[in-house]
Amino acid sequence: MARKLNLRIWRGNKESGALQNVIVEANEGEVVLDVIHRVQAEQLNDLAVRWNCKAGKCGSCSMEINGKPRLACMTQVSSFPEGEEITITPLRAFPVIKDLVTDVSFNYKKAMEIPSFQPPVGMKPGEPRMAQVDVERSQEFRKCIECFLCQDTCHVIRDHEENKSSFAGPRFFIRIAELDMHPLDILRNRKKKAQEEHGLGMCNITKCCTEVCPEHIRITDNAIIPMKERVVDEKYDPLRWLGSKIRKREGIL
Amino acid sequence: MATGVFSSTRAKISERTLRTDKWWIQPLITFSVLVAFIIYATLRAFENGNYFAEPLISPFYSPCLSAACAQGSSLLGQPFGIVKLIGMTVSPALFILIFPLGFRMTCYYYRKAYYRSFWMSPPACAVAEPHSKYTGETRAPLIMQNAHRYFFYIGLVFNVLLTVDAVLAFRNPEKQWGHMSVGTLVLLANATFLWLYSASCHTCRHTIGGRLRNFSKHPLRYKAWTVVSVLNHKHQNFAWISLLGVAFADFYVRQVASGSFTNFYFF
Repeated sequence: MARKLNLRIWRGNKESGALQNVIVEANEGEVVLDVIHRVQAEQLNDLAVRWNCKAGKCGSCSMEINGKPRLACMTQVSSFPEGEEITITPLRAFPVIKDLVTDVSFNYKKAMEIPSFQPPVGMKPGEPRMAQVDVERSQEFRKCIECFLCQDTCHVIRDHEENKSSFAGPRFFIRIAELDMHPLDILRNRKKKAQEEHGLGMCNITKCCTEVCPEHIRITDNAIIPMKERVVDEKYDPLRWLGSKIRKREGIL
Repeated sequence: MATGVFSSTRAKISERTLRTDKWWIQPLITFSVLVAFIIYATLRAFENGNYFAEPLISPFYSPCLSAACAQGSSLLGQPFGIVKLIGMTVSPALFILIFPLGFRMTCYYYRKAYYRSFWMSPPACAVAEPHSKYTGETRAPLIMQNAHRYFFYIGLVFNVLLTVDAVLAFRNPEKQWGHMSVGTLVLLANATFLWLYSASCHTCRHTIGGRLRNFSKHPLRYKAWTVVSVLNHKHQNFAWISLLGVAFADFYVRQVASGSFTNFYFF
């Protein structure tokens, strides 16, 4: 059964903007992205919105709905009580381009700063073999769809623009963790770089990244905290440091 | 200069958050419970009395290491003698509480809890924090959070001692074995909750297998890691249960020691 929705959609660009009230019809089973498309088709033809798969797998339609970072295609209209006003804004951690579209290139720059997987010297394509238990560990991190909701909600950059130069963000901590936990990756300075170049120490583990992840990746528990512990092993634990020097443990683990 | 969500390039929205749910309830509850615990624990630590009623000892005072300890309460002797400050005897609790306090202060779960509820950094997800600068855990004093593993190791020693206290509570006031009271159950529950809290700790998970790069080469440690990982899912729950458990155990012993409660013996 159709219902009337009261929307407040942010419209503007980096110079100015405001929330605009719109009343639109919503049908049973529809998601927020559906009603945005209806608004675009029937009322605000120049409304800018980024979307692609409409199945929660491309990560394009990230926006903030009633102040929460969410995928518009995975947010059911029926999850809002009848009569409740729904406020839709662009991601508030990134520069706005137009309406609901933001410039997320910060994330691509950070991605390029992380050295890729480095296999053992001489290993040819097709040769690597991994046990299932080792594959499973990093499999969770490979579910990331790069919607950047975790980056958007992370207060280190959301609330402090100046930290963007020294902080990679949760999406890239799971990438670093995935590589550092990889049995065949031979690059040994990932922990040091995570702490000194990518700002792992700035994370105060308040778990907002985990809360908003649409793929339910346990970013904090399975990637960030394990990386913090690995950094402690190397940098802040004198006993572990001594042990590694005496027994040459690095490389065995 | 405006920063964060009010930076010049961001969407021009004047509100710090547009969340419509009651996001402030969670930090408010956390703040209230932690403040209540801190007040209670401080009062009890300075009370310096009503912590021992044979065979029960309060977890706030165990191990009791000062010569000021009640007779029969010092399981490990009294290496500190009597220490006085400004003419007043220092409570035996003050010699030991720094260790469990340090363990909880540096705990990854409690860090989330108090960063949100006390320091509002951030108060809730997508709610702008009030601070103009942020350096996280990269500088003193917060860089000391990296000492968590040492508090974890010391915490294990405390767990052993409190388990011994629970076992000793299978005696009656005349020190005869084979008895069990409500106090025995209270101390047993307290020790169990503390073990669960420690076993589910992120540092425990890392130490037992998380630091490995290659699970398949360490099958036993991998198995142990999977067990600890299951517990780790519930670390937040164990953190709260054990905190309330230790406060309740102390409260119960206090009431028995002061004569307000009679410690009922099942047999």
